[in-house]
Amino acid sequence: MTAITKKVEQKLLGLNGDEAVARAIKQCNVDFVAAFPITPQTIIVERFSEYVANGEVDTAFVCVESEHSALSACVGAAAVGARAFTATASQGLALMHEIVYIASSLRLPIVMAIVNRALSGPINIHCDHHDSMAERDACWIQFYCEDAQEAYDTTIQAFRIAEHPDILLPVMYMMDAFLISHTMQNVWVLPDEVVKEFVGYRKIPEVEIPFYGKVPFAMRPNVPLTLGPLDLFDYYYEHKMQQQAAMERAPDIIKKVHDEYAEISGRRYGDGMIVPYKVEDADIVLMCIGSTAGTARVAADLARQEGVKVGVLRIRSYRPFPAHQVRELLKGVKVVGVLDRCGPYGAIGGPLYVETCATLYHAKERPLLVDFIYGLGGRDMSVQDLRGIIAELVDVMRTESPEPTLRFRGVRE
Amino acid sequence: MSAWTPNPKELAKTPSLLTPGHRLCPGCAASVIGRLVLYACPGPILIAHATGCFEVATTIFPYTCWRTSWIHNAFENAAATVSGMVEAWKVLQKRGAVPSERVYFLVFGGDGGTYDIGIQALSGAFERGHDFLYVLYDNEAYMNTGIQRSGGTPKGAWTTTTPAGRVIPGKPQWKKPIADIAVAHRIPYVATASPAYWMDLMRKARKGFEVEGPAFIHAISPCPRGWRYPPEKTIEVARLAVDTCFFPLWEYENGEWRLTDRSLAIAKNPDLKKPVIEYLKIQGRFRHLLKPENKHIVDAMQQTVDAIWEDLLKRCGLA
Repeated sequence: MTAITKKVEQKLLGLNGDEAVARAIKQCNVDFVAAFPITPQTIIVERFSEYVANGEVDTAFVCVESEHSALSACVGAAAVGARAFTATASQGLALMHEIVYIASSLRLPIVMAIVNRALSGPINIHCDHHDSMAERDACWIQFYCEDAQEAYDTTIQAFRIAEHPDILLPVMYMMDAFLISHTMQNVWVLPDEVVKEFVGYRKIPEVEIPFYGKVPFAMRPNVPLTLGPLDLFDYYYEHKMQQQAAMERAPDIIKKVHDEYAEISGRRYGDGMIVPYKVEDADIVLMCIGSTAGTARVAADLARQEGVKVGVLRIRSYRPFPAHQVRELLKGVKVVGVLDRCGPYGAIGGPLYVETCATLYHAKERPLLVDFIYGLGGRDMSVQDLRGIIAELVDVMRTESPEPTLRFRGVRE
Repeated sequence: MSAWTPNPKELAKTPSLLTPGHRLCPGCAASVIGRLVLYACPGPILIAHATGCFEVATTIFPYTCWRTSWIHNAFENAAATVSGMVEAWKVLQKRGAVPSERVYFLVFGGDGGTYDIGIQALSGAFERGHDFLYVLYDNEAYMNTGIQRSGGTPKGAWTTTTPAGRVIPGKPQWKKPIADIAVAHRIPYVATASPAYWMDLMRKARKGFEVEGPAFIHAISPCPRGWRYPPEKTIEVARLAVDTCFFPLWEYENGEWRLTDRSLAIAKNPDLKKPVIEYLKIQGRFRHLLKPENKHIVDAMQQTVDAIWEDLLKRCGLA
């Protein structure tokens, strides 16, 4: 986060990531929240239920019987025109998988907070990125937050992005389990009315229906809007291309909303898509997503004290992936260490590595690339571990050989 | 609650919200049930649909048969989808985003989407008490995928996953008592219905719409393709299901059970009750049961039908 002059008086509160999200949802005029508990997301819906029970919000709050139904209910709510939110993690997201695709294909601007937790089995409640990585092709906009403050800020931005008439895609934004969700942090909170004004109420765009003319793109009695019809080889592909077109428009809107939000909050996360740290003159760059970025910056600074020019590149928007910026920012960099908190299982590397490889393939000058798998099931990643990784990358730079390109760090011998 | 009586002459003049031109098979009872239910709706309506024949055949893009807004989400989640619609609608009304008049929420689901894969979402929606009517059109197998057995398939029936084999002659298990399961949730209104007794079906649909909270109608929906009978026999089959007490007509309202229409007549005059074999013999899916070596299965089916009927008479205070 880069602080600029704050335009609005804000309150500094001690909140963990889950509480910060619940607070933001309360401020966002959300019409509908579906809730199902799963560690480490549960605090979000617990806090929100307190707002409901105390009459602080007039949101429809429905405690459903599964995550599958949570997202299904959000689809129903968003289809009638409501601003809908839910939150989940791990198995819950995996259970939703089927509806994740349906929500984006129906162009419903649902917003969903994901607390990244390892997938079973074996069952584990701690952080890694398997759960949300399994949804990366579902045509949802995907943000990875670095801390509770960013989770708060991203919640508020998410509705504006999802509901933008040029986008109409759902947004999921991620927080690392416990590292963000349960870690108390000083969080700047905007006044309610400022958030309310920023997000407004959900505006329903119009669509043209044969014989009826323009109608709201939301379910209304006596309006023959058919959502989710059978769509075969003659039209399915064109509908998927519309989703692709929306995703291609997304970077501009993400940056615009991020800029507007920075105006009132004084907080920036790079350009909203990608967050570089001391990358301009770097020989070595650590590339990552999520909470590890903060640790990586500390390790980079320590390395710089020893004369090794290290930078950090954090991907904030994983979907759409900021490929162009990655190519530009990595120009002149000699070695990139990609940090993947997700297993490669038969692939050449973790998902961020594969994405980065593909991104750099068309670059004229390519840095050497090494993938470090780390932190599965919540295994800690310390500054010391990252200094070890930097030392390996220095070796790669010296020997000009990245082999082996796939390395597992933090595994007990 | 108003005692609403459908006026067939007037209704015949009213355009249905389900238009002609759909691609359901000839003789399919689903559209008959759908049209009757829609005629019974007292006001503006929004519809959610589980995956199934009825959903697929009425919405092949770029066409639709639905004159009101309609949503299909997935196979198992129609009840969860409508939960979101109902509760969100209330908030939108409170905020003045939509008109304040009462809107009726209707779900159509087949037996697969209701008995089997959709029962969790349905049970959850019943427990939470959202205001919607769920109409199960029960054609007693996964017809959309080609006649595979479901929890709603009756004992003895041939399906493509319970073939009439040399060792196992059709489905070994009885139907799941889905309407009883709905009653067990203590929701305000549950009923069974048959398109052959269409006034009864419409009255029940009307009650289902009018009560506040969840209502469930279990309608038998004969399927010429899957049940193996000629398309013009659909209503006859739907009538025999009731007349043999294979599918009795009843309703559960305010904690009370009542037999209705033909089933009430049978209760009053047991001579009207036809043997189950009459229902079985006009359907090809039971043909193998007519072989002498399978007579014991027919006898067992008659016994089960009689036992369920006797139990129902007791619940209705008629035994």
